[in-house]
Amino acid sequence: MQTLVAYVENKPGVLNRVASLARRLAINIDSLTVGPTENEEVARMTIVAHTDEKGAHRLEASLEKLVNVLLAENISGRSVLERDLALIKVLADQQSRPHLMELIKVFRARVVDVAPESLILEVSGTVDKIDGLLEVLRPFGVLEMARTGRIAMTRGGDLLRPPVAPSKDTDFASTGSKMK
Amino acid sequence: MKLTGAEILCESLTRLGVRHIFGYPGGAILPVYDALGKSKLHHILVRHEQGATHMADGYARASGGVGVAMATSGPGATNMVTGIATAMLDSSPVVCITGQVSSKLLGSDAFQEIDITGITMPITKHNVVVSRAEDVARTVREAFLIANSGRPGPVLVDITKDAQQASAEFNWEASAPQLPPKRQRSNHDQVEFDRAVELLNSAKRPIILAGRGIMLSGAMQIFEQFVRLGNFPVAMTLLGIGCFPAKDPMNLGMMGMHGEAWVNHAIQESDLLVAVGMRFDDRVTGDLRTYAKGARKIHIEIDRAEINKNVPVDAALIGDAREVLEKLLPSLEKRDRSDWIAHIRELKGDSAVRDIQNLPDSGHLYAAHVINDLWTETQGEAIVVTDVGQHQMWEAQYYHHNQPRSLITSGGLGTMGFALPAAIGAKFAKPDSEVWVVAGDGGFQMTMSELATIVQEKIKINIAIINNGYLGMVRQWQEFFYDKRYVATPLVAPDFAALANSFGIRGERVTSRTDVITTIRSARESSETVLLDFRVEQEDSVYPMVPAGGSLHEMIRRPNNPLVETATEP
Repeated sequence: MQTLVAYVENKPGVLNRVASLARRLAINIDSLTVGPTENEEVARMTIVAHTDEKGAHRLEASLEKLVNVLLAENISGRSVLERDLALIKVLADQQSRPHLMELIKVFRARVVDVAPESLILEVSGTVDKIDGLLEVLRPFGVLEMARTGRIAMTRGGDLLRPPVAPSKDTDFASTGSKMK
Repeated sequence: MKLTGAEILCESLTRLGVRHIFGYPGGAILPVYDALGKSKLHHILVRHEQGATHMADGYARASGGVGVAMATSGPGATNMVTGIATAMLDSSPVVCITGQVSSKLLGSDAFQEIDITGITMPITKHNVVVSRAEDVARTVREAFLIANSGRPGPVLVDITKDAQQASAEFNWEASAPQLPPKRQRSNHDQVEFDRAVELLNSAKRPIILAGRGIMLSGAMQIFEQFVRLGNFPVAMTLLGIGCFPAKDPMNLGMMGMHGEAWVNHAIQESDLLVAVGMRFDDRVTGDLRTYAKGARKIHIEIDRAEINKNVPVDAALIGDAREVLEKLLPSLEKRDRSDWIAHIRELKGDSAVRDIQNLPDSGHLYAAHVINDLWTETQGEAIVVTDVGQHQMWEAQYYHHNQPRSLITSGGLGTMGFALPAAIGAKFAKPDSEVWVVAGDGGFQMTMSELATIVQEKIKINIAIINNGYLGMVRQWQEFFYDKRYVATPLVAPDFAALANSFGIRGERVTSRTDVITTIRSARESSETVLLDFRVEQEDSVYPMVPAGGSLHEMIRRPNNPLVETATEP
């Protein structure tokens, strides 16, 4: 599994180009999240792909060839903070509810909706953590689940900022990576 | 100044230096055609939109500039798909302009509405829909910039009819391209650079693999200096042919599936491959597991996505070929390498007797004879535009090109039907050059309607059809790999000479070797287009041949030749 971050133009059709490129390279996407950045013209993607380092290089370099992609970078293997968020609707009757509440505490999940027969839990964290919670919830009866897919950011001074036009303030020019 | 979107388009194209547009009108592009009529742009009416894209492609390849093709929405646009893909695979800068239904009808399945930007997304470098007249000038300027910068490629601009009709303020200065800011990667990696220099200076048996990137970056001069200083033998890719003179003793000729045996053997025996502006296509490498096992590899390439794609390399120098070579040259040390060169000459001496030109003249007309005579008659100075198949490989083997951009051929996509329209485009780009079409009887029948375009435009080219009554390359594969079961390869063709006559073009059939030179001469002397239908040996095959997926050194060699009994396989 490889994790890439891309800054793209916030325009219609760009997601299609990115997804279509992965399809053309026969790379299966595990998750792809897109969201706005502090600059409204730029969106940030986190792409988690079923491929090896070579495939990730190919995807990264090919993504940067797209006119609408400002920067693409494989951040696998770097010190990365990664988060996934899940909403999980789980069966909870009078009997199981106390036991459930104990588990939720351990996983630092939150109850965000309470109904007579079920609860909705919100949990964020690494994929492993959410998978772990899911595992223990299964015996109670998981009714529905929605997950955002991963977002990722390199830690500390390892900055990955969108490039800016040279005519504008260049103090914030992309740092990119030191890796090839 | 207020202009309509259509007028802005024509004005912008003019200011971008466009003189010729290859196209076909229709409902959704009519406002542009109306404006075209009032402009100084020369529109060439094609007979099929595929022809328009190939012409624009041929124009781009011959000139080094951008070729422009135009079509209406729907079927006009979809007919362009093959030509766009052809340009994409060979990195050819083509801008396609298509009409589109009015923006308020988009998505309603209106008459002749098709999502052409969706269709062409994977086969264009970029594409865009324009639905406002005020965006036309900037978008067209961006399209030209994208098409012909970096690694070139086709760009499609789809303009809605209302954007063509609406009026907007035309201000050229204010409509400069505004492409999104890109990360500027530092191409110069000192570690890679130093490693490359070390490899270059220490190699005992190096070979340069020269690709089309040398031509695209205009690196011919610096490349020659590079070759001279290091005494590097040079092998050519099909699309690289012409970037280094064939007459140069360091030029070995074409490598790969139908490369000459000595070239492929030399590659397999080398200790360093220096790939310049080429992408290790499977037709060049054969089986990757056995490809140049003893060689270190340096890859000089503008497209980062090509690095380590097929062949893992020891040093990657990413950048424009000319700039990289200019940077490398001062660090390159003079080397003699005469042992290695002498060894390759030995390999060549062994293989050269296989050359069909050395066969006794048995009265049969072979395609190789035709190509060889064409080469000698034109002194290797014509622009030759080939189709795809056996004749294409024979052309690459027997026509020795000394000038860049003098062989125009569809390499990556291998598009049959390319030659005739691409040659028309090349002629418009180089009106003073002698242009020859070399096509097979199969491919020629795919786009032969463009003969009418030649007549209507009153241009002079020469057409040589290498007619063997088969889809020859497919037949050859059936012969080698399918026990001669010739399914769907025997091919009926019209009498091409009579066909030419019906278009108002002189046509001649040539059946004997003695007539080849005289007919080529008379075609060259004519001020009008002449078609020569060469009836060649029907079941001739292209040798040597590396079977698809086979090892580069394991070639099928020319059989039953008494002259080659002494030839040995290493």
